[in-house]
Amino acid sequence: MSDQAMQTGENSALQIRNLDFFYGDFKGLKNVNLDIAHKKVTAFIGPSGCGKSTLLRTFNRMYDLYPGQRAEGQILFHGKNLLDKGQDVNLVRAKIGMVFQKPTPFPMTIYENIAFGVRLYERMSKSAMDDRVEWALKKAALWGEVKDKLQQSGLSLSGGQQQRLCIARAVAVKPEIVLLDEPTSALDPISTAKIEELINELKSDYTIAIVTHNMQQAARISDFTAFMYLGELIEFNETSTIFMRPGKKQTEDYITGRFG
Amino acid sequence: MMSLYSRRIWINRIGITLSMVAMSLGLIALLWILWTLFSKGFAALSWDLFTQDTPAPGSEGGGLRNAIVGSGLILLFSMLIATPIGILAGIYLAEFGRVSKFAAFTRFMTDIMLSAPSIVIGLFVYALFVATTGGFSGWAGSLALALIAIPVVVRTTENMLKLVPTSLREAAFAVGAPRWQVSLKVTLRAVKSGVVTGVLLAMARITGETAPLLFTALNNQFFSTNMSEPMGNLPVVIYQFALSPYENWVNLAWAGALLIALLVLAVNIGVRVAFRNKDKR
Repeated sequence: MSDQAMQTGENSALQIRNLDFFYGDFKGLKNVNLDIAHKKVTAFIGPSGCGKSTLLRTFNRMYDLYPGQRAEGQILFHGKNLLDKGQDVNLVRAKIGMVFQKPTPFPMTIYENIAFGVRLYERMSKSAMDDRVEWALKKAALWGEVKDKLQQSGLSLSGGQQQRLCIARAVAVKPEIVLLDEPTSALDPISTAKIEELINELKSDYTIAIVTHNMQQAARISDFTAFMYLGELIEFNETSTIFMRPGKKQTEDYITGRFG
Repeated sequence: MMSLYSRRIWINRIGITLSMVAMSLGLIALLWILWTLFSKGFAALSWDLFTQDTPAPGSEGGGLRNAIVGSGLILLFSMLIATPIGILAGIYLAEFGRVSKFAAFTRFMTDIMLSAPSIVIGLFVYALFVATTGGFSGWAGSLALALIAIPVVVRTTENMLKLVPTSLREAAFAVGAPRWQVSLKVTLRAVKSGVVTGVLLAMARITGETAPLLFTALNNQFFSTNMSEPMGNLPVVIYQFALSPYENWVNLAWAGALLIALLVLAVNIGVRVAFRNKDKR
C-alpha cells in the first residue's frame, strides 16, 4: 500500500502515515497510509461506516471537538505533523477548509457568511472585503444568483445555493486544501451537477479531498480514489485504475455493486 | 379486523375527549382569573393611576405612579444584571462545559436556584446586602429579582443552544473560528429569538414577585427614582393595599394586579408574535 502512496510523494499536500483513530475503545481507522496529491481531487469511497468521513475529519482535526475521540500517527502538512499537541487547530482549519454533507449557512447575511471567516485572519478595508466576497462567490459560481441580495439571510437560499455558499465560504479564507464530506448527498441532480462542475474548476487552485457515497461521482470528478472498508484503506490508486483494473477483489466487488 | 379498527377509533375519541377536558380546565382557571381581575380592576383604571402617587390611608383618589415607576426601575436594573450573566453562563454550560465537573455543579446549582422559594432569596439578599449596607433600597430589590431571573435565563439559553445542530457548530469551527467566536457570533445568533424569549419570560416571571421585594426594596409612598432608597413597587403595594380595610386602597390593589397581569400577558403575546415569522424562515 505505502508503495503506491509513495509514488505521489513529492507532490503531495498531505502525507498520512500509520494513522490510527479511536472512538473511545473502538478503533475507527487502522494504520492508514496515503498521500493526498497537490492540486488534484482525491475521492474516498466505501460502504457506510468504513471510516472515510472519519479519515477526512482527522485532516482538519474536527474530531478535537469531541472528548473520547483521538488520532495516533502522522499527518504531515508542509513537513509538520498536524496531530501534534502543540499544533494550533484554528490555524490548521483556516488552511484546510471543509464543506459538510448538509448545507450549513451561518445565521447571517450572505455577505457576512463569507466575511466571517476572512475577518478571523485578515484585516482589510471595506472595499477589499467587498472584492473578496465577490471573488469567493464567483469561485463558487454563485455570484450571478446572489449579487443583488448580498444583505439577505444566507438561510433564504435554496439547498443547492446554500451548499455553494458554503463552498464560497471555505474558499474565501484562501485555504490550501478543501475537504468535502459528501457535499452533494442532500442535493438534487441539477445542484449536484453544478457542484461537480465547480469541483473540477477549483482543483486548478486547491487540493481537494472528497468523501462520496456515489461511485459514479468519484469516477467523474476525481484523479485518485481511495477505497476503504472497515477502517482500513484497501486500495488507493489513480481513479481510472481503481475503476478499470482494481487490484483487490474487495474493491472490485464494491465498485461492481456486489456489496456495500 | 374491523373490530380492531373501530376499537382504535374509539380509543382515539376517548383520548381526544380527555385531553380536551384537561385543556378546558386549565383554560377555565386562567380565564376566571383574568375575568376577576378585569371586573374588579377595570373600575379603578384611570389616568390618575399613572399620574398620581399612592394615597394616604383613608383618603380618596390617588394612583400608583410611584409604584409603577419604581417597579419599572427595579425590573430594568434586575434584567440588566441578569441578562448578561444568565446568557454567558448558559453559553458556558452549552458550549464549553458539556462534560466538566464544574459545569455539572453549576447546572445543579441552577436547578436548585430555579426552584428556590423566592422568599428565601429575599431573605438572602436582606442578610447579605440590606443588613450590611444599612437599609432597604431599590438596588437590593433589583439584586433579589436578578437572582430569581438568572437561573431562568441560564436554563433557556443552555436549552436553546443545545438545539443548535452539531453541523452548524462544526461548520463554524471549520473556517478556523475560535470557540468564543463560534459561540457568540454563530450559535448564539442561530437561537437569538429563543434566547430573547427566555429573557422576556424571565422578566415576566419576576414582574409579580412580592416576597423578595418585601425584604429588599420595601416600599415608598412617595415618588422616588433614587435606587439607593426604599422604592415603591407594584407587588408590595398590592400586597399592602389588598389587606387594608380601606376601600380606595383595595380598589387600587385590584387595578395594580390588573396592570401586572396585562403586562405579563402583553410580554408573552408580544414574544410570540414577534418571533413567529422569523422562525419559519
